[in-house]
Amino acid sequence: MLYLELLFQGIVQGSIYALIALGLTLVYGLLRILHVAHAALFTLGGYLGVLITNATGSLPLAMAAAMIIVGFVGIGVYKIAYEPLLSKPPFIALIASIALFIASEEIFRIIFGPYGLSYTNPPLQGYFELPGGFFLKYSEALVISISVLMLSVLAWLSSSTRIGVSWRATVTDPEMARAFGVNAQNVRYLNFFIGSALAAAAGVLVALLNNLVEPTMGSVPSYKALAIIVLGGLGSIRGTLVASMLLGVLESFGTIYIGHLLDRDALAFGFLILVLMVRPQGLLGAKS
Amino acid sequence: MTYEITLITTMAISVLFALSLNFITGFCGQISLGHAAFMGVGAYTSAMMMKAGIPLIITLPFAAILAGALGFLVGLTSLRVRHDFLAITTMGVVFLFVGIVRQQDFLGGEIGISGIQGSPFGRVGFMTLCIFLASLFAFFSLIVKKSWMGFVYDSIADNEDISRVLGIDVTQYKLTAFVIGTAAAGVAGGLYAQHFRFVGPDSFGFVESVSVLAMVIVGGIGSVWGVIVASALLSVLPLLIQFVDDYKILVYSALLFFMMRFAPDGLAGITTRIIKKLREQN
Repeated sequence: MLYLELLFQGIVQGSIYALIALGLTLVYGLLRILHVAHAALFTLGGYLGVLITNATGSLPLAMAAAMIIVGFVGIGVYKIAYEPLLSKPPFIALIASIALFIASEEIFRIIFGPYGLSYTNPPLQGYFELPGGFFLKYSEALVISISVLMLSVLAWLSSSTRIGVSWRATVTDPEMARAFGVNAQNVRYLNFFIGSALAAAAGVLVALLNNLVEPTMGSVPSYKALAIIVLGGLGSIRGTLVASMLLGVLESFGTIYIGHLLDRDALAFGFLILVLMVRPQGLLGAKS
Repeated sequence: MTYEITLITTMAISVLFALSLNFITGFCGQISLGHAAFMGVGAYTSAMMMKAGIPLIITLPFAAILAGALGFLVGLTSLRVRHDFLAITTMGVVFLFVGIVRQQDFLGGEIGISGIQGSPFGRVGFMTLCIFLASLFAFFSLIVKKSWMGFVYDSIADNEDISRVLGIDVTQYKLTAFVIGTAAAGVAGGLYAQHFRFVGPDSFGFVESVSVLAMVIVGGIGSVWGVIVASALLSVLPLLIQFVDDYKILVYSALLFFMMRFAPDGLAGITTRIIKKLREQN
């Protein structure tokens, strides 16, 4: 029974990782930027989720609003921070991104205080009782179903719509896509919008799981998501999903069985280094 | 005077630490997001030995050797993974380091090692030692940069594959850069342990690794003088801008962001532009 519970915890964590890391992989696939400040958008999503739910009492509304607002903020980050740095060496954008992330943590702390916010009426706190004395919280069930839903919508969008096809074309070969009349700028906006909206959704969900948002809630995702997209093979969407789930489950089992030797982060990065030594291009990355 | 002496000592240790990363990232072009781990190895080595009653000076070579040995291992990974993959691998190294140290009782676990005795040379003597070692490494860096070795590093940083075609033993040069850079970071760690008389796992984490990379990039990647100025300034900047109090980190990160956004070639680049402008006017 313990195995099943650990596996389930791992899948919940993996779903969150997937929502966050997907945006990061989209940005990397298109612009070759390690977008650390992505985690700041995750935090912003969480704060908006709690604030709007507390103000209106509606979680779905909060979720939708947070995703749309953060999506536009994501475009703003691209315009202000990354667009002017695209021609510079990649570590310049990386450091700018890290600086932006640290600054955002400070802004959340200064505006909303260091102890964070909670839902006044936390939604979805009940649980299903499954056979075998196994409990499934509503919030956890929501995390998994929302992740599956969003990823399916994204998969459908990218394979069956005009926008999706031009987007995939740009990721595969920007020059060729432009030659076929795809507006590269719009694709970049779309990319940041979708990636940031997914991060915001993850933020709202994490706020729900913990009933807490705090200024530092993005610090673990900021580096963990980087590990995930590298593990999956930079820029590979399928690889990112596989790596997210794998890492979620691995951490969940690892902290129980070898937690006395390595903490959660060390475990994740130990696994990452091990994989990279065997497969330098990541799990599903293309050989360069 | 005590305050100024502490300040200058802190600066000197940071300069040595930043120059050690500059050797790897600036000269050889290998990005590292985990350089604090090597400082940590040096700091823990010296701290353990000093607790056993051995004077700092004798512990420093051991700090350098152990940090350099780990640097050699990480250097080996740089042969396998490149660019962004290497950046994240080195980031992994620092998380592994912190994670492992945290669980070791003989290294003090979460609490770290405290109660390290003060320097037998007194504050001024220790400050002089730090300045001496930092200058020594700065001098060494300047010589390397101007030598054939510096040119080889330039070429590797610029394009590894072309260097290989030109017949350069890239493997050997990369490993040398990693060993020298990380060994120097180990020495900086030993000095750190003596200076603060305390080492703990949180003093050598990801944030510290990013800060030191920021010093190198703000200085102007590869420029020895730029990195010296930037690391001296940035190491005490939080103390200097104490008047903004609660906004200290915000100001620091905003400065870093605007620097990258508007002057990505760092202090060295700004200086070069100013000098060029002055020459044109004359």
